[in-house]
Amino acid sequence: MKRVATFRPGPVFLGRLGALLLGCVLFLAVAAPVVAPFRPTDINLRQRLLPPAWEAAGNTRHLLGTDNVGRDIASRIIWGSRISLSVGLAASLLGACVGSTLGLCAGFFGGWTDRAISWLIDVQLAFPFTLFAIFLLAVFGGGFVPVVAVLALATWVNFARVVRSQAMSLRAQDFVLAARSVGVGTPRLLRRYLLPAVLPSIVVVGSFSAAQAIMTQAALSFLGVGVDPTIPSWGAMLDLGRNYLQTAWWMATFPGIAIALTVLGANLVGDWLSLRLDPRGR
Amino acid sequence: MSDTLLDIAGLNVRFGDVAAVSDVSISVMRGEAVGIVGESGSGKSAAMLAALRLHPADTAIEAARHMLGGQDVRRAPERAMRDLRGRFAAMIFQDPLTALNPLLTVGEQIGEVLVRHRGFGKRAAKAEAMELLGQVGIADAAARIGKYPHEFSGGMRQRVMIASALAGDPALLIADEPTTALDVTVQAELARLIARLQRERQMGLIWVTHDLALMAGIVDRVVVMYAGRIVEMAPVESLYRAPLHPYTVALLESLPRLNTPRGRILAGAPPRVDRTLTGCAFAPRCASRMAQCSETPPLFSRGETHAACWALA
Repeated sequence: MKRVATFRPGPVFLGRLGALLLGCVLFLAVAAPVVAPFRPTDINLRQRLLPPAWEAAGNTRHLLGTDNVGRDIASRIIWGSRISLSVGLAASLLGACVGSTLGLCAGFFGGWTDRAISWLIDVQLAFPFTLFAIFLLAVFGGGFVPVVAVLALATWVNFARVVRSQAMSLRAQDFVLAARSVGVGTPRLLRRYLLPAVLPSIVVVGSFSAAQAIMTQAALSFLGVGVDPTIPSWGAMLDLGRNYLQTAWWMATFPGIAIALTVLGANLVGDWLSLRLDPRGR
Repeated sequence: MSDTLLDIAGLNVRFGDVAAVSDVSISVMRGEAVGIVGESGSGKSAAMLAALRLHPADTAIEAARHMLGGQDVRRAPERAMRDLRGRFAAMIFQDPLTALNPLLTVGEQIGEVLVRHRGFGKRAAKAEAMELLGQVGIADAAARIGKYPHEFSGGMRQRVMIASALAGDPALLIADEPTTALDVTVQAELARLIARLQRERQMGLIWVTHDLALMAGIVDRVVVMYAGRIVEMAPVESLYRAPLHPYTVALLESLPRLNTPRGRILAGAPPRVDRTLTGCAFAPRCASRMAQCSETPPLFSRGETHAACWALA
């Protein structure tokens, strides 16, 4: 039989790949003013709709081509990474704080606290989220803070569910009972006994949630309820490029690739973290 | 403060339909060591958790009298209970592998009690924690105090548990099968340690176990439990010399002796307590049962021994 050589990358390799992808995006975001060859808002109508540099009509000064008003696509993607990353991280962080706190309380106290918080989780999950987000942003207006708040509305559920189930099993553990048997109070029990034990899971869920938030933010920008129309964001570029798909494929393709790679990176890192940090996995 | 540390009468503990503990009365005086013996599921641990009101939320407890350190446990607010736990009464658990927080150093765990109950500052707590580690026989306490539980062996971890139980300088120590999870060689050592600490500190001690042999040298009084009820209560010498209840007799006969290499095995299994038991729970396994055993026997007294058996009526 013929042996087929298959390449099956291990979790560590994939984790490093993810970290590399995220690292690149992070570098671009931080170093945007230095790295980007043009300002993202520089208009040059004589150079509009230039294809990428390797095409016959391309210009080496505009590596990934230009858009319909002659703005450099590569520069706009580099500047756009700032929005994607900051929104993704902030939404994930906010969701982690809110969701973990609620999940911890629900799991630890049980009873009506648990029922109320579980009900909130179910309601949140039952909502068509994108529709809800558009509604909220249309009513309250866009901007960084509202967008982050709305995205956190989607991510907190992930944290709450995972933390709740872990807190429920931790609550019944001997060391929690032993702590109670020497008079350790509830706030300290939550902070010093339960929280450190669920922290690894929070980190794992955090990386997946960041990926989800980046994607949703791009979708919202695409739909026109973005962070700030004057700052380029990947979703908004995608939206603009949609009108030129027939004539200038590069306008939508490159921002799309940027979104895909960033989300992939965050997910790979998340997978690797969940393997590393799950005590049962060792 | 009176010399009765814990005084429980008519304690019932129920999980749903399961009557884990029925009509149990236990009291412990200062300086007294009481042993509670019974098989797994006889309700001894459930009774001890209920004594400190540490039972799970889905458990119902009721008692005719339930005094701990001068507080009526049935009515005391949770805050008052937290002040009692660790300070007035502390507990040592069966499995030292799971009863320590894996994410805190042993020094932090012992220090926590000192800060909480005895007003120690951070630095003083550390010094006192080292002193306590020394008292429970952990050598080189200064080096061990910053270590995490997983860096200790089972016996060492149980010593740490004991140190943290002693940290609040409790009047009453409840040891729930403190040696069961340990190596046989370590068991005797730890039993001696706890017995010595109890004498030195004049604590009340409740020693929960199923190991009759190990308990003999430690306790003054023994309470034998079967299927959630007390079947016999006696001073330790009378219990070993002249047990009254057939279950206690069978329990003692099952111990291996030098002249009979294997103890006699008690046939049958303890009843399930999930349906309402009527009559003496031991009757199905009892060689000398009689018609009256279909009714629940009260405790009959013969001198200082009390046993729940109709044969004594």
